[in-house]
Amino acid sequence: MLEDVSHAYGAVQALERVSLRAAPGEVVAIVGPSGCGKSTLLDLVCGLTVPSGGRVDGGRAVLMPQRDQLLPWATALDNAALALRVQGLSAKEARAQAHPLLQELGLAGFERTRPAALSGGMRQRVAVARTLLAGAPVLCLDEPFGALDAITRADTQAWLASALLRTRRTVLLVTHDVEEAVVLADTIVVLSPRPGRVLATLPNPLPRPRATTDPDVQALRAEALGAMR
Amino acid sequence: MPALLIALAFLGAWELYTVLSDLDEFVLPPPSAVARSLAEDRGLLAENFATTALEMLAGLGVALVLGVALTTLLHLSARARRGVYPLLIGTQVIPIVLVAPLLVAWFGFGTGPKLAIVAVVCFFPIVVPTLDALERIDPDRLKLLRTLGASRWQVLRFAEAPSALPALFTGARLAVAIAAIAAVLAEYSGSEKGLGRLVLQSIPQLETARAYAAIVVLMTFTLALYTGLTALERRLLPWAVAPPKGPSA
Repeated sequence: MLEDVSHAYGAVQALERVSLRAAPGEVVAIVGPSGCGKSTLLDLVCGLTVPSGGRVDGGRAVLMPQRDQLLPWATALDNAALALRVQGLSAKEARAQAHPLLQELGLAGFERTRPAALSGGMRQRVAVARTLLAGAPVLCLDEPFGALDAITRADTQAWLASALLRTRRTVLLVTHDVEEAVVLADTIVVLSPRPGRVLATLPNPLPRPRATTDPDVQALRAEALGAMR
Repeated sequence: MPALLIALAFLGAWELYTVLSDLDEFVLPPPSAVARSLAEDRGLLAENFATTALEMLAGLGVALVLGVALTTLLHLSARARRGVYPLLIGTQVIPIVLVAPLLVAWFGFGTGPKLAIVAVVCFFPIVVPTLDALERIDPDRLKLLRTLGASRWQVLRFAEAPSALPALFTGARLAVAIAAIAAVLAEYSGSEKGLGRLVLQSIPQLETARAYAAIVVLMTFTLALYTGLTALERRLLPWAVAPPKGPSA
């Protein structure tokens, strides 16, 4: 999807000749240290920024930003339904379509709750529901667990792993947590510090579900970390 | 509650002072005389109050409608912001105290010029905080809406406008607080009716208690408007007023 892509903000080179491919239905994790241009990469894939050089193609991509960005005035149901509202559906139709997904994501009973009264994990689920309802073939998840505490993080990770398995969408997952990448992704792309270049592309054929304690998972994690040095 | 006690103590001290000193009642009427005037002059007060209340409410209404429309325009168009915003600030340095009599000279003693003065004065505090709130949206939220495929109008409708509503309420409350001042000022410049004119008329007639009574009526009305707005905000924007506590895991 990305071919030889470079991008600079003024004099700051954020990405340098980055190429990466994701097959339909594949989960690609992009790992790298802070400031390696991960967020820039997602902006490019989502069409929010035009690259200074190279080519980006692939289908429409929807972004799930770092913090959930739920609208504080809207209920959980309306936040999820926002993706349908912007497609022109009436409030009633959008809610009716969003409702089954919220139930499926374990949010039954919280449809009318506003984000401030939801836990971090629940907010993340609402954000995932909104992202899925956008109907885009490509999902860009920017540090989806960054705002969660360690325990919630582990739970939500396991849950997202199974949710992604079922939806069969192409997923670009940006993270600085290598272990998270190994647990969730089919392919792990390791980026260098600024300017971001691809240091390694590691296929991850390990069977799912993957536990962080699994020796194979640990071995791949070590390999990815090794590529960063 | 403490505020009420302080107010009562103040009124008590005032009453006591007027009794103990031998000031004439037309220099400083005791609160009891003001209360008596409130009762005895209620017809006169009500009639003049109706005029002032109309000037304030209509002026605020005009300021609100024009303010929201202009804020939206300024927010959506950078060109409008460059062209109009400096002019808008210009309207605020017009010495309204001096211009008010001119407006009366041009447009007469009716409600029109008063309404215009209230609107001009109240307009600015509505526009500034609201525009500020519209401009200060989290850029990540805008990114999200763009990748969801939202049009410019949808971004405004679903994200920007709701997030600016608390600021609009703040602006409206500020506007209410100064609307009374603006209305009285406009009436001082020449009018046939209104609480401001009643005050102006009562003092040379040595009806000082009545002047105070008129002030009490105006203060009560302003306070009621202010409180009403606060209550309305609590009702319409519960998410902005007190974020409810939820489960934390």
